[in-house]
Amino acid sequence: MNREYEAAGESAAAVELEPCLEVRNLSLHYARTRQALNKIRLTIPRQRVTALIGPSGCGKTSLLRCFNRLNDLVDDCVVTGRIRLEGKNIYSSKIDVTELRRRVGMVFQKPNPFPKSIYENVAFGLRIRGINSRRRLDEIVQESLEAAALWDEVKDRLHGSALELSGGQQQRLVIARTLAVEPEVLLLDESASALDPISTLKIEELITGLKKNYTIVIVTHNLQQAARVSDYTAFMYMGNLVEFDTTARIFTNPVKRQTEDYITGRYG
Amino acid sequence: MNGGVSGWYRSGTPWIWLNAGAVAACLAMVFGLLLLLGARGLGHFWPKPVLQANYLAVDPPVTVIGEIADSETVDSGQLQFSAAGAPLSGERIERQLLKLGNRDVTGNDFAWILPSLLDEVEYPERLVTLERREWGNFYGFPSGILQNGEPVAAPSAQGEEADALWSELQRRLNRARQLREEIERIERSIIADINFGMERLRLRERRLQLAGGDSGEELRDIGRQRQTLDAQYAEIRLRLLELNRQIQRDSAIFRVAGGAEVELPVADIVRAYRPNAMNRFEAMGTYLARLFEFLTDDPRESNIEGGLLPAIYGTAMMVLLMSVLVTPLGVVAAVYLSEYAPKGWLTRFIRISVNNLAGVPSIVYGMFGLGFFIYLAGGEIDNLFYSESLPAPTFGTPGLLWASLTLALLTLPVVIVATEEGLANIPASLREGSLALGATKFETLWRVVLPLARPSMLTGLILAVARAAGEVAPLMLVGVVKLAPALPLDTEFPYLHLEQQFMHLGYYVYDLAMQSPNVEAAMPQAFAAAFLLVAVVTALNLSAVVMRGRLRERYKALETGSWS
Ligand SMILES: Nc1ncnc2c1ncn2[C@@H]1O[C@H](COP(=O)(O)OP(=O)(O)O)[C@@H](O)[C@H]1O
Ligand SMILES: [Mg+2]
Repeated sequence: MNREYEAAGESAAAVELEPCLEVRNLSLHYARTRQALNKIRLTIPRQRVTALIGPSGCGKTSLLRCFNRLNDLVDDCVVTGRIRLEGKNIYSSKIDVTELRRRVGMVFQKPNPFPKSIYENVAFGLRIRGINSRRRLDEIVQESLEAAALWDEVKDRLHGSALELSGGQQQRLVIARTLAVEPEVLLLDESASALDPISTLKIEELITGLKKNYTIVIVTHNLQQAARVSDYTAFMYMGNLVEFDTTARIFTNPVKRQTEDYITGRYG
Repeated sequence: MNGGVSGWYRSGTPWIWLNAGAVAACLAMVFGLLLLLGARGLGHFWPKPVLQANYLAVDPPVTVIGEIADSETVDSGQLQFSAAGAPLSGERIERQLLKLGNRDVTGNDFAWILPSLLDEVEYPERLVTLERREWGNFYGFPSGILQNGEPVAAPSAQGEEADALWSELQRRLNRARQLREEIERIERSIIADINFGMERLRLRERRLQLAGGDSGEELRDIGRQRQTLDAQYAEIRLRLLELNRQIQRDSAIFRVAGGAEVELPVADIVRAYRPNAMNRFEAMGTYLARLFEFLTDDPRESNIEGGLLPAIYGTAMMVLLMSVLVTPLGVVAAVYLSEYAPKGWLTRFIRISVNNLAGVPSIVYGMFGLGFFIYLAGGEIDNLFYSESLPAPTFGTPGLLWASLTLALLTLPVVIVATEEGLANIPASLREGSLALGATKFETLWRVVLPLARPSMLTGLILAVARAAGEVAPLMLVGVVKLAPALPLDTEFPYLHLEQQFMHLGYYVYDLAMQSPNVEAAMPQAFAAAFLLVAVVTALNLSAVVMRGRLRERYKALETGSWS
């Protein structure tokens, strides 16, 4: 087994942990000619924070959107290869895509709360799953908001519009909304990049707190942020996975030249 | 040679002026239109002073009484006068249209006159304007009252006596008005009930005959019910006769221009006032009363006088019905086109076709409605469900339902386009947010996208309503008439009479302006109706604009929320 990983450029460090998402030989094309991912091979460990870094356009978002099959929405987008979530291929035809998306929650770059009340935003995913009992909803809404460290700020205006929250609060609301449907994996695509430093800090603390229960994959442009919050880091370049290792190793002692150049700011 | 004309030209100043000029011209036209309609239409209800004068154009001079209805400047060469004092040809002179009223007396209720030939112009305080149920306005001095043909007040009353006579006349007018209301109430509700019952019995009988077989017992039952209704009807008829006799009791005598005395039944008078003795306050009262009558009463004198309630009502019913038909259809079609239809040439073709439908001349829709809805669909419905009343058509004839359907078809593109635009404007991030939570496409559409697109649907609907409210041409083919005997919605089962013909504001204007036998008298009413129509359509369009503004505001909140 170990040899397989090493052949793909992964270090043994990742393998000691239980795999949550296993990406094998994954390629992605937007239209016939436009390749965004090239034979990616990556294992995301369970209940750890994994950061995807790399210059703009290298395919981080594309990869992330493969994990919950949001790429299905893009016309002409073709994905080949396999991704296994807890051992099951999520691109198999037997998979229920809506259930997959519930299990793999995603938070986007720009906060996208629904133009509804704070309460209804969090309850949205629950109502879709047919949970309508008032008591149960109240309970889960509170738990989720607490988990997203937002409860204290909004508990007095749960029925006020979500659009009146600040950007940072909105982003935490979106996290709460995602946590409410009890996902196993949490994908964050540059989720703090549009926020002010204090909000960013809050989100980072939140991520650190959440990793006890969730497998988290974050995409970030901010290398310090990756160094602060992640346990593992994958460096991508032009649709290829260049290097994957513990964050400490990537930032102090990368194997590949390209990684070192990127870390030290020579490009990107 | 840098400055001068070429510099001015290159600076773009001419373009700016051109643009500003174009905008100003548009504004001027719009406001000019509203101003013209408003002034002519709304001014019509203000009680105008009535003059009395000697007119010197004929020999010997005649006394004229009337109100100035219009004035214009013409070349004197176009005028023909028999009298001395007619101006020379080539001169521009003003002439005025004098509304003389008293059409039943003189046969001619308007005349063009030269103001310069009016002599001894005065505005007598005791002169009375009568609005009548028939024959238009009447101007004259009250000079006596007859009750059952016997005089109750002295003819040719003068001074104090004249005022007493005026009060007495008003009292009797009030009495006649109350009697008339009672008569109308009976005719509207009770007689209509009886007629309706009779018709139902007739249809039941006919059904039994068509079915054949033994139905003696039922036929006897029908006979009994018919007898009851007949008895009720006879009773009501007696009561009506009595009321009609009572209302005919009084008549009044008036002295008209030239000194002749004319007797008028009080029952024929709708409203009487002394236009020259009114202060502004009283004039305002009369103005409002006439405006109220205009908005809430039935038309008289082939629509030239009275109100246009049935037209307002018919327009509203049609538009309402059309909205009910067009909204679900348009929204569902738009949702399919923009959310579910595969993005191929076929969808593109359909979308182009829908856009082109908006440009098809409306009379074509009218022809389609006539050919498809009325003859085909209506004829089939009659054959299937109303065979007992054939050969008289029920649905196989122009009516409310077909007019609404035709207009629904006509306005469908508007709703589809507006809804599609609204759907396309929903930020993709919201859809993805919903899908990422495990919602299906349908749930996303239903819970996130459609609620957000509601304002644009509403905008589309309002634009459709505005278009439909102002449409005339197709309606003439599919259900609108000059004068409808009954309202399409009333207290008779089934309350909403889809097969009935109805009146419509736009057609009302067309009819008054183009088809009226008495153009001068009809014009002000036509202007007032046109103003009302414009006001309604403008209000609808404005609300669409406001709605769109709100929508934009909403998206702005979404955008700024993300970047703060
Ligand atoms: N929907 C799309 N259609 C076509 N090309 C796309 C689409 N999304 C991304 N791409 C292209 O795929 C490449 C990878 O994009 P992305 O995954 O967004 O990069 P990153 O998130 O690392 O900046 C880019 O070159 C981008 O232009
Ligand atoms: Mg990206």
